[in-house]
Amino acid sequence: MSAVAMEDLEAFRRRARTFVRANLRPVGSAVMTVRSRVSDEEELAAVARDREVQRMLFDAGLAGVCVPREYGGQGLTAAHQRVLNEEIAGFEFPSRIQVPTFAPCAAVLLEFGTEEQKQRHIPPMLRGEEIWMQFLSEPSGGSDVAGALTSAVRDGDGWVLSGSKVWTTGAWWSDWALCLARTDWDVAKHAGLTVFILPIHQPSIDVHRIEMLNGNREFCQEFLNEVRVPDGDRVGGVNDGWTVGTRWMFHERMSFNSPLVTFPVDAVHGVAGGASTLELARAAGRADDPRVRELIGEARALEVVWRELQHRVGVGIATGAMSSQASAVARVFHCGASMRQTTIAFDVAGAAGGAWTDDDGPLARAGTDFLMRQVSCIGGGTTEMARNVVSERVLGMPRERTLDKDVAFRDVPRSPSAKR
Amino acid sequence: MLLQLTSDQELLRETTARFLDETVPPAELRRLRDDPVGFGDAWWKRGAELGWTSLLVSEDDGGGSISGRGLVDLSLIAYEFGRRAAPGPLVASSVVAAALSSAGGPAHAPVLARLVSGDAIATWCFAEPRPNDRLGAIGLEIRRDGGDLVLSGVKRPVEAAVPASHLLVTGRTDDGSSQVLVPADTPGVTIAPMQSVDLTRRFHVVAFDRVRVPVSALVGELGRADAQVERQLQQALVLLAAESVGAMQRGFDMTVGWAFDRYSFGRPLASYQAIKHRFADLKAWLEASHAIADAAAAAVDAGAGSDEAAELASVAKAYVGDAGAEVLHDCVQIHGGIGVTFEHDLHFFLRRLTVDRALCGTPAEHRVRIAGLLERRAEAA
Repeated sequence: MSAVAMEDLEAFRRRARTFVRANLRPVGSAVMTVRSRVSDEEELAAVARDREVQRMLFDAGLAGVCVPREYGGQGLTAAHQRVLNEEIAGFEFPSRIQVPTFAPCAAVLLEFGTEEQKQRHIPPMLRGEEIWMQFLSEPSGGSDVAGALTSAVRDGDGWVLSGSKVWTTGAWWSDWALCLARTDWDVAKHAGLTVFILPIHQPSIDVHRIEMLNGNREFCQEFLNEVRVPDGDRVGGVNDGWTVGTRWMFHERMSFNSPLVTFPVDAVHGVAGGASTLELARAAGRADDPRVRELIGEARALEVVWRELQHRVGVGIATGAMSSQASAVARVFHCGASMRQTTIAFDVAGAAGGAWTDDDGPLARAGTDFLMRQVSCIGGGTTEMARNVVSERVLGMPRERTLDKDVAFRDVPRSPSAKR
Repeated sequence: MLLQLTSDQELLRETTARFLDETVPPAELRRLRDDPVGFGDAWWKRGAELGWTSLLVSEDDGGGSISGRGLVDLSLIAYEFGRRAAPGPLVASSVVAAALSSAGGPAHAPVLARLVSGDAIATWCFAEPRPNDRLGAIGLEIRRDGGDLVLSGVKRPVEAAVPASHLLVTGRTDDGSSQVLVPADTPGVTIAPMQSVDLTRRFHVVAFDRVRVPVSALVGELGRADAQVERQLQQALVLLAAESVGAMQRGFDMTVGWAFDRYSFGRPLASYQAIKHRFADLKAWLEASHAIADAAAAAVDAGAGSDEAAELASVAKAYVGDAGAEVLHDCVQIHGGIGVTFEHDLHFFLRRLTVDRALCGTPAEHRVRIAGLLERRAEAA
């Protein structure tokens, strides 16, 4: 038991409030979406500012609220993190360093990393010096993550990794990666995986940027060409990667609800809320149209329900009243809600959703946002996978039949031409 | 409903749940279908002894909450009512008792005492027929005439106007809204039954033909009732949402059970991915409904009439009304033919949700109201 009394919530709140108001720039309610057409210079400047703000939070004793003190954190509780999320609402925050750096990457290291790995990486993460990525999805399949084809072969004291990873947001300006690789092809799919950590910027890794429908070029694909990784950078046991991977997925689903993540309570993640729909309606000169007013109300209702559902699921998981898989319930809701909100915004914009000029203000993005509508239902695991999790893990319904369970992974069919 | 109850709240919830299980099982609901009132006096009085009628009433008036948050406590009762499609004018009578306790004054104390003890019930005459059948539109006129007030107009639907002893009537005067507590047997009041899809709840058309009552019948001040009416509306919205979530939860649970037990092509329904994915959506909408109904109850309890409470109450009504219908109709769909028979119990919950969705403003009306609240907030900022 610690002899030092834990800082109480009100004292913590006062400390957080004083720091936030004195040091951070007010931004109002930040709407985070996949931004389009931001220049590389602007993006790099934003990353640099995020690192700077993260460092300021660290110096103020507000970084890693739930991270143990021995790794540079504050050793406090999820309730303290919630207080920080309330106090930072309306101010800038290091949005690019929260997910995936703290959840799932730091969460996985804290759970499975060696003492040396934790000492080496957690404090720099908290200081904004290491931004992490997940080398998880592969071009061969996004949802079936345990079907990873990236291989890791033993070589003396280390490993040699080859393959390709994809859908890393901002890998071109990030530092380290958590990587799932196949270490044994002669056992069943889940039994031959191992997790490694590696620096992203090295000669044997090529980072390619992918252009999305809205012009955004933050998503990347990496090609690993015989990347050497010392055995000391292995996380968890050899071929025990799925034990790590299961928790990795859990922390990934927690995302912005993770107690390791700082995220302002009023920030809307990837969703156009009621206020922005009202703004859009005004820009379109339709705020008095009764049909449009109903749509504004619907967008706002979904935003409020989403906020309350996140809170409920957070409390439910923390208290054990809900299954640890219940974040998939929130995920299913969020997909449907954000699809609907994007459609509402597009309809409210009218013809400007299809063709616009530079004078159309907020209407100018409705068309490209609509093209990108499904992004929030794909990234971080598709809605269909979340529906499987809810029905099978939360409601206990029978699992889907698979053809890759009791067979060596090298014999699993991977294309129509594979012989059965 | 709430994930974390105090032990007193859990006792309250559990006691009501047990009482309803024992006294109004499905067979009794079927029997009450042909009962003109839909519930018994003695049964309601036993409910009053369990706390149903006192939670929104101040201790000075003989009431008292369990947790210090009376509306949250009562929402637990409403939820259990929804889970059993229980009879009784819980929402209407509670709203009137709360209004008399907070705005009624000593003149109404004897009526309030009888409401709390369960010896009488009262109901709220709020909604009106066309052309005033939109949320918030009030056409019934309350005119001052010397020491009297004269009421003219029609209210519908009014829940349980029979056997209510008193009617709390919301009307308009020249310079605002007013509320009057009218004994149901006052000359000029006529009550005609309506039909409804709910098996045990009765609704009426109540006409006021130059009904004359003394000024002492006022609840609050003449022409100054807007804020009180808004509070009543928000309380009703919270209780309707909580009850709807109870109905959704029960329908959902029955359907999950059915999906495991029902086999076709040698497999349980629950093993088909098309069905599993439907259940995942239903579960998401159900949990979202729990979340918003709880949030609305807490906000209205903390400050009925506040901007935040108004928004959460309307969001709850709009969201739960829509999601509830989707969930329960999907429950019918997954049941197949048996789901649309009177013999099966599923329809009790669809009926309850259907009526609750239509009362006190449709989901569409509440969405428009939310837009108005947002606009006001944007202008104030």
